Amino acid sequence: MCLGIPGQIVEISNLEHKLAIVEVGGVRREVNIVCIVDEDHSPVSCVGDWVLVHVGFAMSRIDEQEAKRTIELLTEMGEVQTKLQAMRQSNTS
Amino acid sequence: MKFVDEFRDPQKARILLQEIQGLIKRIPICGERPIWIMEVCGGHTHTIFRSGLNNMLPKEVEFIHGPGCPVCVLPRGRVDDCVDLAEREEVIMTTFGDAMRVTGSRKSLLQAKAEGADVRMVYSPLDALQLARVNRDKEVVFFGLGFETTMPSTALTILQAKQEGIKNFSIFCNHITIIPTIKAILDSPDLHLDGFLGPGHVSMVIGMEPYAFIAEYYRKPITIAGFEPLDILQSVWMVLKQLAEGRCEVENQYTRIVPPYGNSQALQAIQEVFELREFFEWRGLGSIDHSGVRVREEFSTFDAEQKFPIPNLKIADPTSCQCGEVLKGVIKPSQCKVFGTACTPQNPLGALMVSTEGACAAYYNYGWIPEEDLHPARSSV
Repeated sequence: MCLGIPGQIVEISNLEHKLAIVEVGGVRREVNIVCIVDEDHSPVSCVGDWVLVHVGFAMSRIDEQEAKRTIELLTEMGEVQTKLQAMRQSNTS
Repeated sequence: MKFVDEFRDPQKARILLQEIQGLIKRIPICGERPIWIMEVCGGHTHTIFRSGLNNMLPKEVEFIHGPGCPVCVLPRGRVDDCVDLAEREEVIMTTFGDAMRVTGSRKSLLQAKAEGADVRMVYSPLDALQLARVNRDKEVVFFGLGFETTMPSTALTILQAKQEGIKNFSIFCNHITIIPTIKAILDSPDLHLDGFLGPGHVSMVIGMEPYAFIAEYYRKPITIAGFEPLDILQSVWMVLKQLAEGRCEVENQYTRIVPPYGNSQALQAIQEVFELREFFEWRGLGSIDHSGVRVREEFSTFDAEQKFPIPNLKIADPTSCQCGEVLKGVIKPSQCKVFGTACTPQNPLGALMVSTEGACAAYYNYGWIPEEDLHPARSSV
């Protein structure tokens, strides 16, 4: 639960609620980006940024190298598949 | 992974291990007893066993596995309350996968689901909120748990629900807070620690300052650590270096993620939505003052404890389980009476066996050396 998964912000899906589409290991899902938006980083400027996503919330901006290393670590731990599966199976209907 | 060669930077790992050998000789208590370092976070416990770090370090350095697995420390009574909520006709109970399997005194949420309760596994509280939007005739309850890492996500989801005026969504709040927990550990008379590895992702939210009391008041070093094996090795080196030099400071090994003052947006959301409870019950550890949070009065319509009658029963831990002693580091997981026999990851009896971040599950999966291999003579008696 304490480990996030890196993803890249590909578009802003809801400017008012600060929601963005993040691509995580080939899976796209909507993520809340409130915690990484501030005076220096408008939502629109976040497109292209790599972020660490914890349970649907981007909690930290990271560089691409860190993102790749974290994905490697999570893959080794068997956590990437678990998290992607949780994202895919998350039942919202 | 069990060898230094498999570290991201094997050369650096070798140097650190070599330097650690030198450092421990300079630590005054070395030779009298092991140097006890607690990794507070369950994610660290997992990496330590997965990478074999516990076996690579000199025997003078021992890890004490802290209570940082939120699923593991949830008392049975709270799980019972959650099952009770899930079994209500009008309720859709939503939760993270980890929390599905943890048992109360009656059953787990997974069993309740098998028996017909509407329990859905979600990846995010945002997905629970979405379920509320599309199931207006149902009451969607999110089983919120975790330390400060997941607390902002629950808080922000409540803020979003309020903004949208959603009426059929609430949180069964079991969030716990790290600082009072560490303080309770430090005040525990039967536990002696020399230093801490601080939780990386909790610190990403709260920053470094809240740990200052550990160094200043309790005179213990703490290093906030990342999650790669090399991060943890480097953090252990940093704690040992402090001990060797007689320093007690809050250090940050995980600077690439942890800003000194944390994440202000996340902290603001936590502050707005939650307040400290007078006390909160922990599995194995009993009641700890101010260790849990509840939803503030002004958000009471999103608080399942205000919205529904909750039995709120206190259920004692199973007597055969020694989770409490493991959590306090008094015994190793494999020294528990039911470890690997009545209690396994497939059929967990104690909560520490449920989540992969639990010390017992990590021990069982990666780190456990059977007793007969360690002490062939003793086990044959």
